[in-house]
Amino acid sequence: MKKQISEILKIIVIFLFGKFKKFTLRFKKSKSMKDIMMVYYSEAKSARLTGKKVAWITSGGPVEPLIAMDVIPIYPENHGAMIGASKMGAGLCETAENMGYSSDLCSYARSDIACATVNGGPIGGLPKPDMLVCCNNICGTVLKWYEIQARYFNVPLFVLDTPFCHTGYSDEVARYVRSQINEYISFIEKACGRKFDYDRVKKVGHLSFQGQQLWQAVLDTAANKPAPMSAFDAFYHLALIVTLRGTPEVIDYYTALLAKMKDRIARGIGAVPNEKYRLLWDNIPIWHRTRWLSDKFASHNACLVADTYTTAWCGSMKYIDESNFINSMAEAYTRIYLNIGVDEMAKMVINMIDKYDVDGFVLHSNRSCKPYSFGQMDIQRIVEKERGIPCLMLEADMVDERTFSESQISTRIDAFMEIIKERKKHSPANETVS
Amino acid sequence: MSTAGIDIGSITAKAAIFDNGKIIATKVIFTGYNAELAGQRVYDEVLSEAGLGKTAIDKIVSTGYGRNSVKFADKSFTEIMAHAAGAHFLNPRIRSIIDIGGQDSKAILLTDKGKVKNFVMNDKCAAGTGRFLEVMARALEVNLDEFGAISQKSKSPSKISSLCTVFAESEVISLIARGEKRQDIIAGIHESIASRVSSMLARIGVLKPAMITGGVALNSGVVRALSKKLGMEIEVSSYAQVNGAIGAAILAASL
Repeated sequence: MKKQISEILKIIVIFLFGKFKKFTLRFKKSKSMKDIMMVYYSEAKSARLTGKKVAWITSGGPVEPLIAMDVIPIYPENHGAMIGASKMGAGLCETAENMGYSSDLCSYARSDIACATVNGGPIGGLPKPDMLVCCNNICGTVLKWYEIQARYFNVPLFVLDTPFCHTGYSDEVARYVRSQINEYISFIEKACGRKFDYDRVKKVGHLSFQGQQLWQAVLDTAANKPAPMSAFDAFYHLALIVTLRGTPEVIDYYTALLAKMKDRIARGIGAVPNEKYRLLWDNIPIWHRTRWLSDKFASHNACLVADTYTTAWCGSMKYIDESNFINSMAEAYTRIYLNIGVDEMAKMVINMIDKYDVDGFVLHSNRSCKPYSFGQMDIQRIVEKERGIPCLMLEADMVDERTFSESQISTRIDAFMEIIKERKKHSPANETVS
Repeated sequence: MSTAGIDIGSITAKAAIFDNGKIIATKVIFTGYNAELAGQRVYDEVLSEAGLGKTAIDKIVSTGYGRNSVKFADKSFTEIMAHAAGAHFLNPRIRSIIDIGGQDSKAILLTDKGKVKNFVMNDKCAAGTGRFLEVMARALEVNLDEFGAISQKSKSPSKISSLCTVFAESEVISLIARGEKRQDIIAGIHESIASRVSSMLARIGVLKPAMITGGVALNSGVVRALSKKLGMEIEVSSYAQVNGAIGAAILAASL
């Protein structure tokens, strides 16, 4: 009884804090990421008080129907990134291993499963879900991970199965995924106890599309020399397009960010003060080492100007039909970067190499993320063959710090940069200048 | 012009003095726990070997995993660059380098001008490195220097399948218990290193001719197994263990 009262009191405090924060935000000219995320998590954590439902959803899952029904979406993967960035990954992964999970399992899954039992991590655990939505367009691990959580929290689970698209998008796949969207809507209707709001989802879809366009525009600014932002900045600003796409907050935030980047371009300010070398990053960030890596590359006057990871949240925009969001979203969510063949991925990588005019390609072979890391060796070979730029493979993990070996990574980066510097010194472009 | 190269590895610290196109002195000592101190000591010792004072040296370049602990160096390069410079100096035709050191192994491809074209290093694991051989020598109670000669007698090398040093050690112990011949076990160990290293080289593509450098190049058994696996001759650097230090001294000459 006592425990329950203190639990309710805690929720009330979180609720009031969120309300207060939201109120003060109205008077702020520019809202910081931290402020927005604080409001978002406090609203989710006090959902029981406001009668709102909470759904946990995979990072590549179709969130717009949930937002249209006032369900608060929560992303265990975003939480995983926060755990990694707070360097709390190893401890939580160990807890999961003590529970019996293999150390080969994805570290987002391990830390999330562990966190649910101990309410640990940087924000004291995630708000309890009323339902789970799992889309396997990003990997197969999420299936078991969400089944485990559905059992643990005893809540309904919806699985959206998106077949792997080696090349195109066949009619069979289109029909199969589209039919599941109807099931998804029925699932939400049942969980919320009311009819689905088709008018509202059109508005949400429009906002989502607009948000993705803005996010792409923000990332595009890095094509400028010097790049006004680096991939490390993108890793930070990404949080909103992942967690709040389909809401007006995203539009406001990225509109302001885009203006800021344009201003930096106009004033010639680069993310790396003496940008001489431009690099492309592949795979999920090494969240516990972003600062170290950023400094390391900057010490060589190198800027990671773009990455395949943050582009994933606007990479399949071309499949969205704004006037028919629900129908077209099936295809857009199925044909994301991690759910297409290696040749298609390599094509996208080569496009980025040309677009951002990079001198080298850094691939994070991520122990956790099998679908992202599996084809990397082939992609590297294709890039070497097609564009002839140096490539570097770094073995690490996005969250589990125990897999990171600083002096080895440091030597590899130094040697990679030595090669790039040597090549640039002898490149025809430089020779004519000097 | 006289220059010095200092290569601080995980097990040994190496130094070389390069004087007007010639290598005039080299030195190898154990690194121990203090890399900074090892750098100073190996430098002092190589100088006295060369009969030179500190003032006689124009430039110093450090390399190896402890390269940043050598505070008195003018510049530092990674061991990738240093081994490339050393191997290119010893034989300008070399296009592939296999370097097997104490705690890492790497494969380096060179352009026809001796510049680094590409490289690949082993992942975080001691299998296929000098440390792996040391652990095996202890388990077999054989002096590591004798590994090459003993393995030459083997007619059917044992199969070591484990990829992990710790597990491979227990595998070796069980082979001993089963009564397998020592020469076969040692030859099997060499083959397991060869298969690991050659697959690393295959990742970036082998270019001929190839040279092996690093302390493990002194083990003729590994060299034999590797050239059998790759199906090609491998030249052993005449300065195997100090190849990186020589390369650093050469790089210092062009500063």
